[in-house]
Amino acid sequence: MSESKRQVTTVDARQASRRKFLKGLAAGAVAASVPAPALAQGGRGFLGYSSWAEYFQKNYLLMSPEEKAAALRRLEEKYSAKYGRKVTVKDTGPREDVLFAYALDLNKCVGCRRCVYGCVRENNLPREGEQIHYIKVLRFEDGVMDFERSDRYYDPKEVPEDGYYYMPVQCLHCRNAPCVKACPVKATWTEPDGLVVVDYNWCIGCRYCMAACPYEGRNFNWQDPVIPSSELNPETHYLGNRPRMRGTVEKCTFCIQRSREGRYPACVEACPVGARKFGNLLDPKSEIRYILENKRVFRIKEELLTEPKFFYFFG
Amino acid sequence: MRRVWVLAAVCACVVAWEPETDAAQEFAVPPPPLSEDYYPCSQCHADLSTDPTPRQLTDEHTDIVFDHAEQFRWCLDCHDARDRDKLHLQSGERLDFGESYRLCGQCHGDKYRDWRAGIHGKRTGRWDGEKQYLLCAHCHDPHSPRYVLRADPAWTGTSDRQPEPPPQVPGSQTLPARREGQGAGGH
Repeated sequence: MSESKRQVTTVDARQASRRKFLKGLAAGAVAASVPAPALAQGGRGFLGYSSWAEYFQKNYLLMSPEEKAAALRRLEEKYSAKYGRKVTVKDTGPREDVLFAYALDLNKCVGCRRCVYGCVRENNLPREGEQIHYIKVLRFEDGVMDFERSDRYYDPKEVPEDGYYYMPVQCLHCRNAPCVKACPVKATWTEPDGLVVVDYNWCIGCRYCMAACPYEGRNFNWQDPVIPSSELNPETHYLGNRPRMRGTVEKCTFCIQRSREGRYPACVEACPVGARKFGNLLDPKSEIRYILENKRVFRIKEELLTEPKFFYFFG
Repeated sequence: MRRVWVLAAVCACVVAWEPETDAAQEFAVPPPPLSEDYYPCSQCHADLSTDPTPRQLTDEHTDIVFDHAEQFRWCLDCHDARDRDKLHLQSGERLDFGESYRLCGQCHGDKYRDWRAGIHGKRTGRWDGEKQYLLCAHCHDPHSPRYVLRADPAWTGTSDRQPEPPPQVPGSQTLPARREGQGAGGH
């Protein structure tokens, strides 16, 4: 946390003189005038901000097109300078008549975790220090679906193992998302195409959304994420895989930078067995509709009425 | 009467011909995974006489593990005896190896239906447009089709059955012993 805040909280009443009291008041006034996100993010240099423009940046939903364009340009310059290579930041919008949904074939999944690392590479997740994985592959004994008895640290020589099955879990992009309701600053919301996204610059890092999510779909940056420049994916999206900072919450966006361009998410392409299916719920000819119409599907913790758009099926 | 036969023959041709072109246009697949040691088959078989009796092969092709309802089936049920570089359907229609999904679909109709819809097997390309399909044989050995994770990395991105490393145990990286030399806050 910032120096000024620490000063405010450590004023000792026994030693407080009038001068110290006034000093404390002044520091408190400064701290109060700083927008909430400023206190949460980083805390080095100018409270972790690289420019006034970044400091005064609005919530993404409230920005005018010009302000958005300026923010994207500024971020491109910042990332390009930081990583020493050209980084693009887009904010491709949602399409008409598109609602994204995902389906995963539990009969096919072999638990190889190729999806996990495909996601890490695509979405610029930290490689060193505190790790963040959007996808958690859970291993269950056959006949069991008790999450408390699942194992995510399994590490055999070969998969699949006899007597076990695997269930990858990531953000389910609920239609009735509890995380969105929990956010006190509206830094996370559901896009018209069904993607639940985060404005990392507006997030204050309170982690209420993480507490609200029943699926462990959200992750917190305890440290500044470390991504080697050579491994950075330079094709980024403002609400997606652009490099994040310490003190923000992030999550799977169904690879918004890919899916809004018509491509499959990285985990779909990484899966060697074709267990992962993705498409437009509003298109009657899509793969996802075929699955809903022809296969037995379920959603995890359906009784919570979160209405996930992530279906598991048995193909 | 003769006219009826001619008509029937024409109809049969149309019926036999149409699906072939449809299928060829419908599914863009990468080249079939043919073994360079054996293909083209005609390089040896052109000079060999065909013995159509089902039997255990002892001289050649002994590396093929045949575990695909083998009591009911044998090479020439799928491989064509007259044109060695092709397969044939039960109807006698000959096909290229690149269209082998039609052959598999004769028995595995449910899987064929799912595959056509993009549900069975890996699909790449675009969710809103053209998709790339894999042949059944890219993941399943047609002679021994039970699935094992050992497919060709060119198609499926993997060649071995070892899983990627498990995730960190939360907090393991922030223990003081592990943090030294790394700086508390990254960079």
